[in-house]
Formats: sequence, structure tokens, C-alpha cells
Amino acid sequence: MSAETTQAASASFAPPPAVERSAAALLEVRGLAAQYGPTKVLHGIDFAVGAGGITTVLGANGAGKTTLLRAVCNMIRTSGEVRLAGERIDGLATEAIVRRGVGHVPDGRGTFMNLTVEENLRLGAHTRKDRAEIGPDCERMYAYFPRLKERRRQQAGTLSGGEQQMLAVSRALMLRPRLLLLDEPSFGLAPLIVQQLFEILKAINQSERIGMLLVEQNAAMALALADHAYLLETGRVVMSGSAQAIRSDEQVRRSYLGY
Amino acid sequence: MNELLHQILSGLATGGIYASLALALVMIYQATHLVNFAQGEMAMFATYIAWALIQVGMPYWVAFAITVVGAFVLGVAVERIIVRPVENAPILAVVIVFIALLVIFNSIAGWIFTYTIKPFPSPFPAEPLFGNRFMSSHEIGSMAITLVVLLLLFVFFRFTPLGLAMRAAAQNPVSSRLVGIRVGWMLALGWGLAAAIGAIAGMMVAPTVFLEPNMMGGILLYAFAGALLGGIDSPGGAVLGGFIVGVLENVVGAYVGTELKLTVALIVIVGVLVVRPSGLFGKVHVTRV
Repeated sequence: MSAETTQAASASFAPPPAVERSAAALLEVRGLAAQYGPTKVLHGIDFAVGAGGITTVLGANGAGKTTLLRAVCNMIRTSGEVRLAGERIDGLATEAIVRRGVGHVPDGRGTFMNLTVEENLRLGAHTRKDRAEIGPDCERMYAYFPRLKERRRQQAGTLSGGEQQMLAVSRALMLRPRLLLLDEPSFGLAPLIVQQLFEILKAINQSERIGMLLVEQNAAMALALADHAYLLETGRVVMSGSAQAIRSDEQVRRSYLGY
Repeated sequence: MNELLHQILSGLATGGIYASLALALVMIYQATHLVNFAQGEMAMFATYIAWALIQVGMPYWVAFAITVVGAFVLGVAVERIIVRPVENAPILAVVIVFIALLVIFNSIAGWIFTYTIKPFPSPFPAEPLFGNRFMSSHEIGSMAITLVVLLLLFVFFRFTPLGLAMRAAAQNPVSSRLVGIRVGWMLALGWGLAAAIGAIAGMMVAPTVFLEPNMMGGILLYAFAGALLGGIDSPGGAVLGGFIVGVLENVVGAYVGTELKLTVALIVIVGVLVVRPSGLFGKVHVTRV
């Protein structure tokens, strides 16, 4: 891992080396391409999320970060190879991919506006067979986010943006996912809440070994949380490596971290 | 005074039928944002199936149960085979498909069973229940059945995981897929349920209006008026609207003139659309332009 890291970091902004095909990878993606109509958004991307690891994908607006997450769970037309724990999942319907344990905190939060907070949480567990465990899991989410508990009977559409973001994360966790896709979880949250949220994500990652693929504009926070990072520019991976190496890269520091 | 009470009570009995059909309309509307014009004809067709089963000597309640299940399967099939392919088509195309379904069911029924009016049996005794002078047994019985159906639906949608998933799929298909709900099947299930409700409404109304291919035309109009009055996106409102239209229709028919019964429905439709398009309980939709 470290040899590849230094290589990538020193090669900055050059095309990255092919992703190592490690047996430990939870998610492995090769040559992922996607388009909206005639517009190509992703041009053959390779990346991986280690088992129990957190990988972050950084990039400016329009780099294709959201598209990348959508492509992984086949919400848009894609080509390329996506493996979850070694099994091909590209070409499966979105709901089938979710059933294999891929939780998604989508762009725009995806709140079920007319349902209550609690119903939103229960929907997250829709595919689970262990019905008796769902109640306690709701309580666990309320412990992470006490604000949601106060509003459990309220229509989710009446929540503030930040509360809906907490709900989106909780709903995805209710799946008890193996892999969690997070699309800008810090969006619209106050800095203090962002910090709390990232601490919770870290704790969940460590205690439950859920792999995470995190797309973020808040590069500093994302790099502090992640163990691995990719830099996306106009639909191509231009740099990859350990989060630490990326963070110390001169150019990343100037363009994404702003100091 | 007794006369008025009598009219209101039998209005509630037919209102229950409008209410359940209005609910069926709302269920489809919530998922597709379109009114299924063929809802009434599907109900009529199911009623013919019940009639045919009774003709071959089947006991009423067995025929009833088979018809409800059959209508459910028919509804699922219609969604899967006919509505699914036009899912993403322009609204007008889908409306044409619904109208085509109406015409097709109507003609097939006429072709198989002819257009002659047929009597349809009521499962309830001919003499009034409990010696009351206000409602016939059929009115009381059909009202009880509609109330049971409405209650079961409420419990199903409110308290079961499947009901919750169906509501979610209708509201937000994208997010529903992201929690693993098979949205396509949920919509098909909704069509099946709506068709089953329609079948019950058809069997309850057939003894009074008699069985013929056009029997549901007027009734669908009343149901539509009820749904609009309550709010086309509010299930509870649609049920209440159906009851109100039933009472209104009956009272106007008795005191003003039978000729004006259907006019009442049309006045309600136009009135609601002009004065309060979202209905009594519907959400007001605001769109940024």
C-alpha cells in the first residue's frame, strides 16, 4: 500500500497507476464510465474501497463525484466493472445492489417528505429480515442524533436541512450496510454538526467495520477521516494515494485545502 | 323529517361505494399523477366475473372472494403489461391508454355477456334488518362491507411494512430504490389493490343499478367528484368526499329531481376546480416558475 502511495503522490496530477487488485478490497471498480444522454461524465475510472476502510473522492463542482456514486449503484447508464467483495454488481438493478448491503446517502438527501422521521428510518431497514432488531436500531440512531428522537413523529419534510442530512445518514445505516456511499454529508450543516457527524462516521466505521466511500467538497474534513483518497477532475482520476500523502501534496494543499 | 333522514342514510350507503372507488382513484393518482379512467370499467368487468360464477351455481361469498382475488390479479397484469411500457411516455399518451382500457373492457364485457341488463343478487336478506324503517338490508350490509374495506386499507397502509413501502414508492421512487424497495412491483401491487377495491364496489352497487357494461360510468363520475372534493392526493379526504357526494346526490335526487343527480356530480367537479382545486384536504401545490 505504502509503495503505491508514494508513487502516486510523487506523480501528482499524472494518470494514476492501475488499482491494486487486493483480495481485501470491499469495492473494486475498473473502467467505470457513465453518461447523461450524449454527455460523458466519467471516462473510465479505477478505484477501490478497502474492507473496513474509508475512501474519499475529492474534486470541484462538476468533476463527476455525484455521478460516480450513482454509477456504483447503477442509477444511471454505465459501463465498466464494479465488484462488491469480489462479486460483480454492475448491471444489477439499484434495489438489488442495495439488497447486497450498499447503503446510499444521496445527493439532495432523498427524504421521504410526507412520512414521519420514524417511518423514514424504518424504510431504511426495508430489506432486512430481522424485524425484531429494527426497533433497537432506530433507538441506536436516536442515540447518535438526539434531534431526530425529538422529532420522531414529525413529518420529515418539516425538518431543517441539517436534520434531514442526519436522517439520510441514519436511514442508510438502518440497512446495516457493508458499504456506505456518502454524497456530501456535510452539505448544509453547521461546522459544529459536521464535526459531530464525522466523529460518528468514524466511530461507526471502527465499531462495525462498515466500508465507506465518501464524496466531499470539504476536503480537509474528508482527508482527516479517510485512509485513502482519489482526486477527480472532469471525470478522470488524476491522483490517488493514502489520505496522508494526498493531504501533504503541495498542489492539493493549494487548490483544495486552501492554505 | 323522517324522509330526510331516510335519504341521508341511503345516501351514506351509496356514498360508501363512491368513497371506496374514490380511494382506488387516489391510490393510482398518488403513484402516477393520473386518473385511471378505466377504474370503473375494470370494476364492472370483475362484477361480471362474479355474476358468471354465481350463474354456474357457486355460493355468493365464494364467488365474491374469487372475484376480489381475480380483480387483484387483473389489476397487477394491467399495470405490468399495459401501463408499464408507457411509464415514461408523455401524459397525453398515458391518458389515451387509460381511455383505451375503458373502451376495451367495456366492449369485451358487451361481447361476452351482451348489453342486456341483468339482475345481480344481494347477499343480504330482502326484509329490513332489526325492523328499522330507514335503510334496506342491502344498504346496511354494503355500508358495513365498505367500512370494513376502508378500515383494512387504513391498517394495511398505516401499520404494515409493505404498506409503508407502497406509500414510499408512490411518493419518492428514487429514494425508494435506494433503500431496496422494488418500486415497479409496489406500483403493480397498488393497481391490484385498486382493482380489488373496485370489484367490491361493483358487486355492492350492482344489485341497485343492475348489471350491464355501462353500469359504472355514472358511479365513476360520482367517485371522481368525491375524490376531487376531498383532495385528489388525500386518501382520507377522498373517502369523506365520496360520502358527501353520496348524500348530496341522494338528497338532491329526492327533493329537486332525479334528473339532476348526475348534474350534482358535475357541479361538484367544476365547483371544486374553480374555487379550490386542491380540494378540502389536498395539498396546495406551489411551483416556482
